[in-house]
Amino acid sequence: MTERAFVISKQDNVATALSSITAGEELTVQIGGQPNNIKLVDDIAFGHKFSLNHISAGENIVKYGEVIGRATKDIADGAHVHTHNVDGIRARGDLQGRTA
Amino acid sequence: MSFMGYPRPDGQVGVRNYVGVFATVGCANDVVNWIVRDVPGCAPFTHEQGCAQISSDMDTVHNTLVSLGYNPNLAAVLLVRLGCEGEIDDIYEGIKASGKPVAKIEIQKMGGASIALKEGVRIASQMVADAAKIKKQEFDDSKLMFGIKCGGSDTTSGLVSNPAVGAACDILIENGGRCIFGETTEMIGAEHFLARRAASPEVKARILEIVNRMEKRSNDFGVDVRGANPTRGNIAAGLTTLEEKSIGAISKGGTKQIRGVCEYGERHQGEGLFLVDGPGQEARALPPLAAAGSQIMLFSTGIGAPQGFPFVPVVKVTANPQTAEHLAEHIDVYTGIDTSADIRKLGQIIYEEALAVASGKETKAEKLGYTHTTDIWCNYPIF
Repeated sequence: MTERAFVISKQDNVATALSSITAGEELTVQIGGQPNNIKLVDDIAFGHKFSLNHISAGENIVKYGEVIGRATKDIADGAHVHTHNVDGIRARGDLQGRTA
Repeated sequence: MSFMGYPRPDGQVGVRNYVGVFATVGCANDVVNWIVRDVPGCAPFTHEQGCAQISSDMDTVHNTLVSLGYNPNLAAVLLVRLGCEGEIDDIYEGIKASGKPVAKIEIQKMGGASIALKEGVRIASQMVADAAKIKKQEFDDSKLMFGIKCGGSDTTSGLVSNPAVGAACDILIENGGRCIFGETTEMIGAEHFLARRAASPEVKARILEIVNRMEKRSNDFGVDVRGANPTRGNIAAGLTTLEEKSIGAISKGGTKQIRGVCEYGERHQGEGLFLVDGPGQEARALPPLAAAGSQIMLFSTGIGAPQGFPFVPVVKVTANPQTAEHLAEHIDVYTGIDTSADIRKLGQIIYEEALAVASGKETKAEKLGYTHTTDIWCNYPIF
């Protein structure tokens, strides 16, 4: 059974879409073996992430049970989580005065 | 758990029983390939290095060849040199210290490639006959070392196949075995995460050293890995930050404590999980895993990759259903993207396949003979 979204670690606050999902759809994701229902508020493309709960600006984004970045603005439950609302913490060549 | 393997004089255990035929310089590759063609039971190691290089690169080439000679999947080693590339006694003596039979032939001195081939075939045939007398025995899986690689990655790699391969590593470490993974470029952005798993302050410093050194190499060419990563393609595919990309990549190495760091071409002589410095490109990324002493490699792929290694079986793992079907001739284990599956259980399936391969089951790359993409990673210009 291939499901539509995947949560790697139960500490994660984001899921990864395994197929394209349309705003307004409700789906069930397994978090640490427990089913959780979530309603998407944005369109999510395959491979992209959405939030599993409300994430406030400045909060960590957690995937693999690890911090992969920080929210730059409030992120609603079931919203697209990507470069428009998340910044990396380790990898900001632009902030270190380097040219890409 | 146990497997059937070949005992070696230094106490290591091989899962294959080849005679290695190594070029000490790229100019000897043809004779190496001819000998291997003519003598079943031989496995080549060819590359494009070993001459007109600065001394630190020459050291890397020689150290890598010595370490490859130590690999327990080889019963004996025949070195093929051209002659004018310089001394190779350190390679010969280095491998001999393992207790294995070693021989060398020299194309220029002997009177040309045809004579070298004839003599090489005679020596290699005797070595194969001697190797055939080594009887397989049952050994505990604690005698195994997995080399870990990912390549041709896609979204499914970071989600399932890398963590599943990592779970197989964890199982081997728990059973007393060893693992090693490299691709330092892929650690950039996740070095804090790796450093946290270091067994000691010294190991932590070494992890940060190899990552910073790799980043500096890139900066020296005017390329900022951090500024350019994740790439536009990665971002379009859904990867948001470099941390996310790198953590997905290093999840192939599992979750255990990191006990040491090898230089490129160095043997893993410690316990547990090690890192090895090096690039991600397959031809240069698989040799250091073999040089470290891995008898088996686990290779996680998304879009599919055919590469094996001449004398180390490479088990290809994918989670991508299209790849599993479309490139079935290159895939050994299909995990699927079943979100109700437990990563640890997938790791167990990979582990059991690796043990079957250890006892002699052929991998897809071995069946195809897609095992000759090899080189040695060097840093400086060739003159």
